[in-house]
Amino acid sequence: MAVLLEKSFPVEAGAYTTAGEASTTIKRTLKQLGISADVLRHVSVACYEVELNLVIHSLGGTLTLLVDPEKVTLISKDIGPGIPDIDKAMTEGFSTANEEARTLGFGAGMGLPNMKRNATEFDIQSEVGVGTTITMCFALG
Amino acid sequence: MTIREVAKIVEGKILTGGDRMDEPVDTACGSDLMSDVLAFVKEKTVLITGLINPHVVRTAEMLDITCIVFSRGKMPSEEILEMADEIGMTIISSPMTTYTACGELYIHGLPGTKKKQEGV
Repeated sequence: MAVLLEKSFPVEAGAYTTAGEASTTIKRTLKQLGISADVLRHVSVACYEVELNLVIHSLGGTLTLLVDPEKVTLISKDIGPGIPDIDKAMTEGFSTANEEARTLGFGAGMGLPNMKRNATEFDIQSEVGVGTTITMCFALG
Repeated sequence: MTIREVAKIVEGKILTGGDRMDEPVDTACGSDLMSDVLAFVKEKTVLITGLINPHVVRTAEMLDITCIVFSRGKMPSEEILEMADEIGMTIISSPMTTYTACGELYIHGLPGTKKKQEGV
């Protein structure tokens, strides 16, 4: 399927102040493309959750937005540390977030399950010492 | 209920977004945990919170929340107000505690948000 738009955003580990800026830009970009409010909200929530995860848990990574006529795709790819037990990480309430994240109101162990709930398709691949890649697709129309 | 009525019920001071006072809200959510807000909330919701940081506005923007009530008379920073102003979000500061503000809105007919169902 022809890609209409592709944009990548580097996300720095521990950058709590700027966390969410990529998601804000992605939301505004998709809004300009005329994506429906409902789909836009699902993409925005999942995007913000995954960006926060990159800031809170990863050693740094990249968030990529792809748009084609049928779907919006978000790919989060980090450089580690990787998730030892994905099933456990997907459980609501399980969290390894630090105090700083919790002070800001995050790190309640809702992120990954919430991404899965909002995306039409959700895939997570992770290897300890290598990194984690999350791919989410959101059907248009 | 309109944002104007929300402000009146919580005895709030309007800090930004005064031009959106006649917009409707259908539900409310009271929480200091943005993780929960991201998991529970849908559009046309008022967020009542005692947590003050820029991520509250960012979380609300992702969810299309148009009105935030900061409880217990807390005053957000200029940075927070500028962020909200830029996206046309209404910020209200209420002298009530989160519990009381939620209770007052509830008894005036504003229901709570429900958790999203799988695939919805």
